[in-house]
Amino acid sequence: MNGVYLPPSMNNKRILLDQTHINLTIKRLCFQLIENHNDFSESVLIGLQPRGIYLAERIQAELSRILTDQEIHLGSLDTTFFRDDFRRRDSPLIPNKTKIDFIIEEKKVILIDDVLYTGRTIRSGLDAMLAYGRPQLVELLVLIDRRYSRHLPIEPNYVGETVDSVASERVEAIWQETDGKDQVILKSQENG
Amino acid sequence: MAELSTRHLMGIKQLTKEDIDLIFNTADNFKEVINRPIKKVPSLRDITIANLFFENSTRTKLSFELAEKRLSADVINFSASASSLSKGETLIDTVNNILAMKVDMVVMRHPNPGAPIFLSKHINANIINAGDGAHEHPTQALLDAYSIREKLGQVAGKKVVIVGDILHSRVALSNIFCLQKLGAKVMVCGPPTLIPKYIETLGVEVSYQLDRALEWADIAMMLRIQLERQGKQNEVKYFPSLREYHNLYGLTLERLERLNSKLVVMHPGPINRGVEISSELADSAYSIILNQVENGVAIRMAALYLLASSEKIED
Repeated sequence: MNGVYLPPSMNNKRILLDQTHINLTIKRLCFQLIENHNDFSESVLIGLQPRGIYLAERIQAELSRILTDQEIHLGSLDTTFFRDDFRRRDSPLIPNKTKIDFIIEEKKVILIDDVLYTGRTIRSGLDAMLAYGRPQLVELLVLIDRRYSRHLPIEPNYVGETVDSVASERVEAIWQETDGKDQVILKSQENG
Repeated sequence: MAELSTRHLMGIKQLTKEDIDLIFNTADNFKEVINRPIKKVPSLRDITIANLFFENSTRTKLSFELAEKRLSADVINFSASASSLSKGETLIDTVNNILAMKVDMVVMRHPNPGAPIFLSKHINANIINAGDGAHEHPTQALLDAYSIREKLGQVAGKKVVIVGDILHSRVALSNIFCLQKLGAKVMVCGPPTLIPKYIETLGVEVSYQLDRALEWADIAMMLRIQLERQGKQNEVKYFPSLREYHNLYGLTLERLERLNSKLVVMHPGPINRGVEISSELADSAYSIILNQVENGVAIRMAALYLLASSEKIED
């Protein structure tokens, strides 16, 4: 897939994906998941807190809509206590809720997050996940992959959109539940 | 926001309501962690904590040690009976020697009120007060209020009676501060000899009659009669006999049923069964004593985590 071309913008905020585009992308990701997993009785979805859970919920809803006869398991995982930047930030890391009502032992786990950037959150997610068992296989699904910005050797298996951006920019997915609409935006840091 | 207003946990008096709420919300997460199949997280893996117990303790020490280990901290233990203190070393010398071994945090219990505050002026580690004389025992009060919040949904507006030896109790004082900051009403109840004079200036009600206090309250917090602090033979005693104390101020199942009460019964432990609380009541559905113990680990993990994160690693 080609990266989205980002022309220099006068604004400090640009919409990368709107509602329609996000819906289409989620549908496509779901079909890719079905292609690879087929039967979801041995596969589980785990959304990473705080912002990966909204995408995970949409994926679960869409999968359930397509595969009406299958139950799609979804959990949410908080990675706060496993992060590598504890005591290296200005403010303490505040944890979110972890809710995993199933055992992931020998299951195929699909980790879900909104934006993949340095890969550090995913690294801590992988560690945090191990408290719930030893999965057979772990895959990574992200809505946005910020290419060429990885600090760790982590690559996604399913990508909604690939974005090339510079470090001073920020890619943010906002969701109906927290911000009133689904959108992916690119912010440049220059003036706020 | 989302940061404690202090880098030491000396007492509830120094905490704000926001601090307490932050500790509670963080403890919710740790409670989930300690109920996982794997109960350990790596957050404090680069931190060393010294548990300095200059006074006997079993459950507080175990609870702190467990909380520290669940956070992957390195832990060293010290108890006064086996130390150089008996050889005449001062508190500051003892602690400085321990800190010279590169310790980041100190959890301290000490028989003298104010010992941790004194220490904080002379050393550069985060300090948690695990009980200083009859002054404060902040983590106990936090876990008590947290247990009330868990059982009854919230602390604000609830009526709590603290029964027993208020005079010698650091748990009572910390609980009064904590419950009041969270919007609860507090009453103390016990024989007049065990109620400190002028305690009503803290804004608490005082009752000398247990039945009346129990009718008023939603929660009864029973305190241990501190037998070791009662006068020895020929010295002043605070009440004539344990049996009389039990008859007047002991909480029993029969007494609760007579009052047709839906009280929640708490006790910080250790329990003197048959003195301040009867055995069958301590083991009944009214009691949340063991929930308090479980919550103690989560609360202490939260306090350690939040205090540790106040210290930045410099480049």
